[in-house]
Amino acid sequence: MLNVIKYSILTLAGAAILGVTDPAPSYSQEITVSSWGGAYSMSQRKAYYEPFTAEFGITVLEDEWNGSMSVVRAMVDTGNYKSHVFDAETSDVLEGCDDGSLEEIDYSRIGGRDQFIPGAALDCGVGTITWSTIYAYDGDVYPEGGPRPTTIGDLFDVEKFPGPRSLYRNPDPLLEWALMADGVPMDQIFSTLETEAGLDRAFAKLDEIKPHVKVWWTAGAQPPQLLADKEVAIASAWNGRIFNAVKNEGKNFVIVWDGQILDMDYWMIPKGHPELDLAYKFIEFASRPEVMGNQSKFISYGPTVTAAVPFIDPAILKDLPTAPANTQNYLNANVEFWADRGEELTERFEAWLQQ
Amino acid sequence: MVATTSEAELIQSDDGVPLKLKLARAERMRKLGAFALVCPMFIFLVVTFIAPIFSLLSLSVQNDVVPDALPETAALIQHWDGTGLPSPAIFRAFSIELAVAKKQKIHGKIGKRLNYEISGFRSLIKKTARRIPPPETSDADIIDAYIAIDPRWGKSEYWNTIKRSSPQFTAFYLLSAIDKRMDAQGNIVQAPKEVTIYVHMLWQTVWMSGIVTFLCLLLGFPISFLIATLPTRQSNIMLMLVLLPFWTSLLVRTTAWVVLLQTEGLVNDLAVLLGFWESDARVQLIHNRLGVYIAMVHILLPFMVLPIFAVMKGIPPSHYRAAVSLGANPVRSFIIVYLPQTIPGIGAGVLLVFIISLGYYITPALVGGPKDQMLSFFIALNTNVTVNWGLAAALSVVLLSIVAVFFAMYNRLVGVDNLKLN
Repeated sequence: MLNVIKYSILTLAGAAILGVTDPAPSYSQEITVSSWGGAYSMSQRKAYYEPFTAEFGITVLEDEWNGSMSVVRAMVDTGNYKSHVFDAETSDVLEGCDDGSLEEIDYSRIGGRDQFIPGAALDCGVGTITWSTIYAYDGDVYPEGGPRPTTIGDLFDVEKFPGPRSLYRNPDPLLEWALMADGVPMDQIFSTLETEAGLDRAFAKLDEIKPHVKVWWTAGAQPPQLLADKEVAIASAWNGRIFNAVKNEGKNFVIVWDGQILDMDYWMIPKGHPELDLAYKFIEFASRPEVMGNQSKFISYGPTVTAAVPFIDPAILKDLPTAPANTQNYLNANVEFWADRGEELTERFEAWLQQ
Repeated sequence: MVATTSEAELIQSDDGVPLKLKLARAERMRKLGAFALVCPMFIFLVVTFIAPIFSLLSLSVQNDVVPDALPETAALIQHWDGTGLPSPAIFRAFSIELAVAKKQKIHGKIGKRLNYEISGFRSLIKKTARRIPPPETSDADIIDAYIAIDPRWGKSEYWNTIKRSSPQFTAFYLLSAIDKRMDAQGNIVQAPKEVTIYVHMLWQTVWMSGIVTFLCLLLGFPISFLIATLPTRQSNIMLMLVLLPFWTSLLVRTTAWVVLLQTEGLVNDLAVLLGFWESDARVQLIHNRLGVYIAMVHILLPFMVLPIFAVMKGIPPSHYRAAVSLGANPVRSFIIVYLPQTIPGIGAGVLLVFIISLGYYITPALVGGPKDQMLSFFIALNTNVTVNWGLAAALSVVLLSIVAVFFAMYNRLVGVDNLKLN
């Protein structure tokens, strides 16, 4: 994993010794977009990349990345840009904006700030989807007719719903969920987490479920796989991954929307990219309502442009994180909180896992 | 010898140059030629290996964010005694430099660096950068102006953190890597109990590597012995079987173990089929320590077998036979005559497997449980997820030191000259 650093340093050293840097091509018919792979990249290929090529005659090269800002930072530091545009999470956008490794978005070039839903038009990132962290269960383990998990509390209730769990190896959103399950009202979750006592309370709640967590997953593809292999009965996951397993692989998984954490993904551009215009061209295209609405044909993530709603596939509306039925009891991701306390709480969370 | 040398001095070649001088010149040319041949390799090593590693490790003590972005503040705050609040001059310098940093969009870097020490410093810097007190604020008011932005500016621990982060070099990351902190008075203290993790991880890494090495030796020695003593035809086939996994990707081999060992996997299915255990009492073979050991031993076994085999191949069978014919029983002659001769191979295998194990990351991450990670997991976490490269580098330094210590211990006990890799 130190490859990234090694590579960047190596590139620097190599360039210094040979006295050359990559000559930036003045014009190219290719754009490279980094995204997350799997079913999600597939939906982007169908909805964005192929139509973009059809309209402008520019080939879209796909690159897979894992959301590590070290990749972007290395590109900016070495001037060796491999991607024009990244699909990134909120925390990445804020962090990259803070440390100057991202371009500040000129919204006049992509149709203005107002067309986006609240929170989607960040200084350094343009919202592309709304997605959600939910938990899902195996419908074979808890069959219809019998008791089925319906609330966030059921995730923690191992007496009512016995069976191994798999959870994301990350304090976010587990601490939020722990407090929800412990009866803290939605609007007080983060003010409670700000206090030492609130944190202790969240970890105490997590203690209850810890022995029943068989796998702490680290990659988004793991939870549907673990459910399919019957390794676990209940798993936290990103909603699109579960939807994909249900729709395209015929799995009997059921999503519990109660307590979902609503978040967004953004397009972002590494600072100082020599082909900035090309990057803007792509983002402008991908933010057109009819183009964005089309993505929902392929994956259950919602649009970030208000005008895209009429273009959404009606069959998928009920599966979107923003559907009225799914937002009865939800929480917006609190990126500021996690940007401030993420490191400290990740350390505490990892130490807690070792206990 | 002396006589010959003085004679040689007198001998001159055809062109009148003393022969000795010509000889030395020729020798020098030869050395230069040899050096020129080695030079590309040497440069390659420096560029691709030594320089990157050195610059990476140097990140663990580098601390240029605050002194580069706030040079005046960093210089002034060094003279502050750390009690109460700094002088208005420092507040003033801080205001000016923070405004510049905000214009250059590097104030986020400052916030991120300070946030490592106190959670919340990131948003404090961001918030302050938006509302910096105007330059005409008087010395008497500037401190209150800051406290009005956020009461945290009235606490000396925040200014002490800036003071601690001001020198060009810091011990902060290295201390963090061994669960230590520096308090306001500059004393090194233990980190709070809820966040101590790295020392424990370090010992766990050493312990797990030790177990893996031991298991590899236990399995690898008899295999090597078998391959070394079988007739060539069979031994070649055996050797191929050992090497085969060598040519398969690490990731593929690891995920193959996931398929085999999971609760609904082949091994459990087979055991149920053969009646070893009931279907509803399937044994947990993966996502725990057992799974990590199984997968790691499988992956690392060739590193044990090959050096031991190479050494065993070179031991003449006549030694063992001679010992038996001199009256030692087979066990005794094996222990006294054969085993000591294999030590260089065992040493090489143990050292290889142990050092490679210390850096293992992907296998424990995929087949281990939460308590079965090794230190590399946290190096990766800090490199990729939290992007705290200083801490990642510090953890690497710690890991590298452990390797050095074990290498030195090995050198004492076995001797590196005794190392036989082939």
